[in-house]
Amino acid sequence: MVQINLPKNSEVQKGNYYQDKTGSKNIRKVNVYRWDPSNGENPRVDTYEVDMDNCPSKVLDILNKIKNEIDPSLAYRRSCAHGVCGSCAMNMDGKNGLACTKPHSEIEGDINIYPLPHLKVKKDLIGDLSGLYKQYESIEPWLKTNTKVETTEIIQSKKDRKKLDGAYECIMCACCSTSCPSYWWNGDKYLGPAVLLQAYRWIVDSRDDERKERLKKVADELKLYRCHTIMNCTNACPKGLNPAKAIAELKKMLATS
Amino acid sequence: MSAYKIIDHEYDVIVLGAGGSGLRAAVGLSEAGLKTACISKVFPTRSHTSAAQGGISAALGNMGEDDWRWHMYDTVKGADWLGDQDSIEYLCKEAPKAVIELEKYGVPFSRTDDGKIYQRPFGGMTKNYGNGIVQRTCAAADRTGHAILHTLYGQALKHKTKFFIEYFALDLLMKDGECKGLIAWNLNDGTIHRFRAHSTIIATGGYGKAYFSATSAHTCTGDGNAMVLRAGMPLQDMEFVQFHPTGIYGHGTLISEGVRGEGGYLVNSKGERFMERYAPNAKDLASRDVVSRSMSIEINEGRGVGKEKDHVHLHLSHLDKSIIESRLPGITEAARLFANVDVTKEPIPVVPTVHYNMGGIPTNYKAEVLTGTDSNKTVSGLMAIGEAACVSVHGANRLGSNSLIDLVVFGRAAAMRAAELVKPGTPHEDIGESETEKCLERFDKLKNSNGENSTAELRLSMQKTMQSKCAVFRTEKTLKEGVDQIRKAYDGMDSISVKDKSLVFNTDLVETLEFDNLVRQAITTVDSAYNRQESRGAHAREDFPKRDDEKFMQHTIAWCNGKDTKIGYRPVSKTTLTNEVQYFPPQERVY
Repeated sequence: MVQINLPKNSEVQKGNYYQDKTGSKNIRKVNVYRWDPSNGENPRVDTYEVDMDNCPSKVLDILNKIKNEIDPSLAYRRSCAHGVCGSCAMNMDGKNGLACTKPHSEIEGDINIYPLPHLKVKKDLIGDLSGLYKQYESIEPWLKTNTKVETTEIIQSKKDRKKLDGAYECIMCACCSTSCPSYWWNGDKYLGPAVLLQAYRWIVDSRDDERKERLKKVADELKLYRCHTIMNCTNACPKGLNPAKAIAELKKMLATS
Repeated sequence: MSAYKIIDHEYDVIVLGAGGSGLRAAVGLSEAGLKTACISKVFPTRSHTSAAQGGISAALGNMGEDDWRWHMYDTVKGADWLGDQDSIEYLCKEAPKAVIELEKYGVPFSRTDDGKIYQRPFGGMTKNYGNGIVQRTCAAADRTGHAILHTLYGQALKHKTKFFIEYFALDLLMKDGECKGLIAWNLNDGTIHRFRAHSTIIATGGYGKAYFSATSAHTCTGDGNAMVLRAGMPLQDMEFVQFHPTGIYGHGTLISEGVRGEGGYLVNSKGERFMERYAPNAKDLASRDVVSRSMSIEINEGRGVGKEKDHVHLHLSHLDKSIIESRLPGITEAARLFANVDVTKEPIPVVPTVHYNMGGIPTNYKAEVLTGTDSNKTVSGLMAIGEAACVSVHGANRLGSNSLIDLVVFGRAAAMRAAELVKPGTPHEDIGESETEKCLERFDKLKNSNGENSTAELRLSMQKTMQSKCAVFRTEKTLKEGVDQIRKAYDGMDSISVKDKSLVFNTDLVETLEFDNLVRQAITTVDSAYNRQESRGAHAREDFPKRDDEKFMQHTIAWCNGKDTKIGYRPVSKTTLTNEVQYFPPQERVY
């Protein structure tokens, strides 16, 4: 048997402990993954005691509180703070989600916060999504139409427009793709649920004239069929979308075309 | 400053910011064959355009008769006659074309029964010059901004725009009053980049985070505005800060005006639909400044709801469930997540919340930046678009759904103007190192600061000052206190501390640079407000309750050097662009 070990410098070590200084009676321990590329040290998990009496309801509020009041060096992405920009996707309590919409009351015991799984970490909770963005570009996410009409919109029935519901809302936070074991193993070739959902979004758009070509392009053993219907994607989506169903629809379209 | 490795780039045009306006400009520039770079501190689809909900205005007439002149009249009136009517004519006339173009790009607009783009009523949007409500706001459910932003990013990919993502811009490169490019810090690897360009287009959005409670994203820090101030150029009409009537109480999350457009209404503690008293015709669909003031009066006079009587209720449970499901799914989710409210059963607790900056970098309708001293003189090599710009189409108060249309109309205009001005491949002249040195000195000083004050504390003090001294209602007294207090936050930078000393994703330093940007704009805002002794649009002075056209039908122009400001004025344009429409002379503004 081959012994598989992690390289020494990737072992996560016990980090700093930040004791509460407010004297609060309502403390929660928050364990946060830390890694700084510039100091050559191993990743570690720092523990912060956070005063929950003066902390709003979401996990992002905890992180902001840590950054503002305890440790300004903590790095994470955040922007809109209400679940539309997709910046603060991370792994909380073992599950991917958006820190700005995840209530910390849903987490029992200590709160464990890690970057999205299986991404190259850039620093602390910031993962490298450039691979996923490249794959997104590869599905050519723009309307391809041969319409010659310039001055009015392309007519689309309410029924056809409805087909885009559940797909166009995707905020590309990557919670789904980074929860998918197939994507963990073959993320360089398998497009993953987020990108396949977008491929589907353009394929079912009645205004698009290249449905067949688009379908042909994803009909690939690695790009599409590495989906083994594990369904983690749908379980992870913080917007309540169902990428697994979109992938199943793609497979069905290919099987019947 | 030679310690920093500098990487040089040369482009025909650079766009700073990748929200709706920046992306639309980048698409147009790439189409025109100009070598274009688009630089953004966040991945494009994370930009705050994604948070726009209700829609994008254009007189398409899909839901009954409409005319771009009516749209123009509404915008002029909404702006309380501080808008430039040549620019407003351009906006409203180009709007239908711009929306049709977006649809062709692939924006998934909601549809009418006959398959056209669905349009909903919105505040201040009327037919026949104020006579009745019109449905002019084109919507993709209540996720219109998201739909537009993602579609525009797709178009930019189609046109192979070169992106520099997670680059934080530091300063403009100026030489003899002309803009030659900018310097940015690459957060991914810590390197410093110098971008040379014949035209630099600023599309960095607003600075809502100068306030404590805002619908704005954490990243809305007006970085481009501050770069302009540091380069010795003025900002215009900064006192005009829009409070959106319906931010979720306690959290600030936006609840779209589309809710009232679809039939929702506001109620006080007596169960009264109070907007009927303040705006007998438009009621809950009066323009935003009017509704926000009315809500504040209700609250101040003791008719607010809740334990502290400090907010009001937005009712929509009477609406048809299918309408809520199909047209307002996003706010249904937001109300559940941030107010713990089921909108089909309970009202949403709401309060006026900072939402939009009418003020910004002064430009003409071609997006060229103005020097401010002579009303038509432009700054060579510099343009501004979107919320960062003050064209001014929004004047003293922006109408809902006029911002998304502003993004695409002027994003396109900027690209067209740059294509006229810049010949692809023109060589770049040498500009020396002094500007780069100056920029990196500030950067290095902040990076190495080891003082007593945390950035978060100073930011909070600035935000609280702005929220309490420069809010919906203003007086000489509160503004004077604001003028003094805001400078304390600025002075605090002398002893600021940045704990993280690294260069890769040093978000401690990013937030410090953002605070530096914000506080300069906060100073400019409160000083501009202090000097405007009248009430107009979003600027409501209790001590000067009337609009004073004789003295103040003028744009404020404010320079800010450190914490010292210089306030001047320039005339509002009183001519239209063409004779297809006549100038709308000032009237009393009632809804």
